[in-house]
Amino acid sequence: MKIELEVNGARACWECEPHEMLTEVLRRNGLLGVKRGCESGDCGACSVLLDGEEVPSCLVLAAQASGHAITTIEGVGDFDDPHAIQLAFVDATAVQCGYCTPGMVIATKALLEERPSPSEREVRECLAGHPCRCTGHKKPVEAVLAAAATLRARGVVSDSGDDPIADTARSVG
Amino acid sequence: MNDVQKKAGDLACAGAPRSEDEWDTGQGSLDVPDGYTAVNKSPRRLDALKLALGKGTYADDLELDGVLFVKVLWSPHAHARIVSIDTTEAEKVPGVRCVLHHGNVPRVAYTTAGQGHPEPSPYDSFMFDAKVRFVGDRVACVAADSERAAAIAVSKIKVEYDVLPAIFDPRAAFAEGAVQIHDEPEAVGLPGYDKTRNIAAAMHVDHGDVDGAFARADLVLEREYSVPYQAHCCLEPHSALTWLDEDNRLVVRVATQVPFHSRRILARLLGIPLQRIRVIKPRIGGGFGGKQEVLLEDLPAMVTLRTGRPARLVLTRAEELTSSRTRHPQLLRWKTGVMRDGRILAQELDVLANTGAYGAHALTVQSCTAGKTLPLYRAEAHRFLMKAVYTNLPVAGAFRGYGGPQGFVALESHMDELAGLLGLDPVQFRRMNVVGPGEDNPLAQALGEGKEGPPQRFRSCAIQDCIDQGMAAIDWSRRATLPKEGPIKRGMGMTCLMHGSGIPGVDMGSARLKLNEDGSFNLHVGATDIGTGSDTILAQIAAEALQVPVEKLIVYSSDTDHTPFDKGAYASSTTFITGVSVKKAADGVVRQLLDAAVVMWAHHGDPCPREGLFVKAGAVHRPDGKSLGYDAICLSTFYSHDQHQIMDHGSHMTFECPPPFAAHFAEVEVDTETGGVKVLRYVAAVDCGVPIHPKSAEGQTEGGIGQMLGYALSEDFTFDPGGKLLSDSFRHYKQFSALDMPELQTILVKSFEPAGPFGAKSVSEIPADGPGPTILNAIADAIGIRIRELPITPEKVRKAWLEKQAGGAK
Repeated sequence: MKIELEVNGARACWECEPHEMLTEVLRRNGLLGVKRGCESGDCGACSVLLDGEEVPSCLVLAAQASGHAITTIEGVGDFDDPHAIQLAFVDATAVQCGYCTPGMVIATKALLEERPSPSEREVRECLAGHPCRCTGHKKPVEAVLAAAATLRARGVVSDSGDDPIADTARSVG
Repeated sequence: MNDVQKKAGDLACAGAPRSEDEWDTGQGSLDVPDGYTAVNKSPRRLDALKLALGKGTYADDLELDGVLFVKVLWSPHAHARIVSIDTTEAEKVPGVRCVLHHGNVPRVAYTTAGQGHPEPSPYDSFMFDAKVRFVGDRVACVAADSERAAAIAVSKIKVEYDVLPAIFDPRAAFAEGAVQIHDEPEAVGLPGYDKTRNIAAAMHVDHGDVDGAFARADLVLEREYSVPYQAHCCLEPHSALTWLDEDNRLVVRVATQVPFHSRRILARLLGIPLQRIRVIKPRIGGGFGGKQEVLLEDLPAMVTLRTGRPARLVLTRAEELTSSRTRHPQLLRWKTGVMRDGRILAQELDVLANTGAYGAHALTVQSCTAGKTLPLYRAEAHRFLMKAVYTNLPVAGAFRGYGGPQGFVALESHMDELAGLLGLDPVQFRRMNVVGPGEDNPLAQALGEGKEGPPQRFRSCAIQDCIDQGMAAIDWSRRATLPKEGPIKRGMGMTCLMHGSGIPGVDMGSARLKLNEDGSFNLHVGATDIGTGSDTILAQIAAEALQVPVEKLIVYSSDTDHTPFDKGAYASSTTFITGVSVKKAADGVVRQLLDAAVVMWAHHGDPCPREGLFVKAGAVHRPDGKSLGYDAICLSTFYSHDQHQIMDHGSHMTFECPPPFAAHFAEVEVDTETGGVKVLRYVAAVDCGVPIHPKSAEGQTEGGIGQMLGYALSEDFTFDPGGKLLSDSFRHYKQFSALDMPELQTILVKSFEPAGPFGAKSVSEIPADGPGPTILNAIADAIGIRIRELPITPEKVRKAWLEKQAGGAK
């Protein structure tokens, strides 16, 4: 079957099998930053934004994504223009093996669009669905709090929820 | 030049490198030098941005045209002979290209333990065997054009089994009349191996007059402890891709900690020359010992050799948990003889370990259970008894800590209990018995890696500082007044720990370094960054010796065709062993830079003697203030004068194994009505020598604690009566999440190890040793009950509490 969706701001028209999960189809189309860790929605390594909401792409049928906007880690930032969240993870030494990092960055993006000034507890709740065997979660939590501070200082996000990044994500699809 | 610069220059320049003898004996000052320019700093890790952008390519992140998907048929029985395998229906599934099973592959006995040659683990495994030994053992595999076709074909393989009695209790494994799990004639092991009694490894070591010392002791305490299976839970599952390159060589791209061991073992298993195999380690999504195993790459490799097509095998999470490797469960009996004044006379440790269906690391993990624990406190005499037995349960193997975490549960619980019996403060009791700098490790020789080890002396040892700084951080003085009224009670516990740095006399690492025209360097190392940060740490060591910014290093690691040998990422060895090889290569490059500068200045008509030259800020400097940049020197050596490539390599092996030391502290809250334990605060003070990248050293410590708080409190393997693992998903195997973690503080205590690169020793495994016993001690302080079994589930705490209330338990 064919699906039509918006992926990282560009229109995509992909072939897939009716039973295929979104993770597989994204990876097959070169979006390899979407990681496979459990395929049961328990690890968050495959998280993407679907119309701005974080979802584990291993629990979404590719067919269900048709007509929606997907943001993967590749759509968040690039070498030339890394996102403040990505830089915060780098600078906090929150990236060890890095396999959970794309999912954590996606989750953080969804969180900060909703809650620009999260409490540490809210950050921990956000990351609780992203098991990380390397870091003990301390530095990732620090990274999310630092990213929130950076984005607030830049005025990219505010408590009014007026967020140009999120608006871009919502406007597609 | 100010003093700091001079010191840094001296460290790096040609006159300063230490002789081979100095490295090997670890002689030298214990002072911490200042003025480092690249080490003991925390620059951005070289791969961090790439990974945060999602651009890191792991084993499975490569698209190959015509790739075959491999799926494995796993045993549904704990113990059975395969009477027949019928693959007719499976082969009819459209897209199926190859089916492998014991009837059509070479039968080569080997061990999956990815250790150095010769491996000290028993050769008791085969690519496929006519017998299965646990639920989840290999039966056959299918390669097909799609994953779905492979999975359908696997379900159509018809296997007739002759089911055998199974052993699930290690205590029953070596009993008279027990079924023999390895009855194949090929299975062999080191002395102590006795497959007729299901004994995969055994040891008996006596040091000193053990019985005499116990007889003289004022008090002898003997206790038993039990520790469970643990799963590594690397977020990236075991994955391997294989293909034939244009020269018909086999390329193996695999999530491994041991690319060179993988190549060596694959050549034997597949029956092809080693030179026809190239193993590439891409980015790795965590290892923790689980990827020290040559676990799955033989299957896609065999498929590729049979079909000529690329092949891919990636385990599912359930397969990971069931069929990969685990931490050895152990039953431990610890006995200590002490004098009334608190002086320890004798220690005895008896371990019964369950190695599961195969003996990977059975000898060496258990040997380390003693090797990491028994030497921590001074005693006249020691005894170590060990049996590692086969059962029909999941296979144990290497796991961060490598036997240490099991042993410290017993030792450090025991130390607290002894202090209580002697009426001594548990911290003071430890302080008076713990080893110090300059003392010998009396057990080093007896507990070598499957053979006699080299003698060891503790040089850098800041354990007393670790205790001081940890106590201050958690405010240990509060312990006496923590609330004990009401159903929710608080307590504090502490432990002392030591580990090792590499395998002395065995582990070797090497590095190659070459200069480019812009003053950058290619650093090629066999060392395997599995998320540890070793690419960055080794670049920092090179940068320090070369006196360039770390960004000037281009690191390429772990490719058997293009990097020199390394033992692999295990045994806390990379910084300590490979780091020195990098330092040696860089020192050699510095010598060549100075030689080339002398030649250049002579050609410029401005000669100068070599003496007095030094390197700083990417240039060779002379005492009169003139300098030549590395870029200009490289251009000159490429195109103008004394033309050659400035390049050197270094290899390092040492008989030294300096232990890092640590003191861990925890504050817990125990709810006596539910049995729930909440960890409130955790402090780890660690002496890892000079941390090369302090933020990464903290990360290793915090990650190790997170992993092992799960081991202490929540992670457990549960089986159905037939030996099938029930906790085979992240939902049923509970790790500590961001919400479960306590307030966590890491203290890197000042210390300098003369045998390590720029004063460093290891840091990656020691944190795993602490959480189990630290939490047990904190719980004992909170509720006055000594639990001796992990994981400390609410059921166990509640039951113990009720028994205490009923007066049934102490």
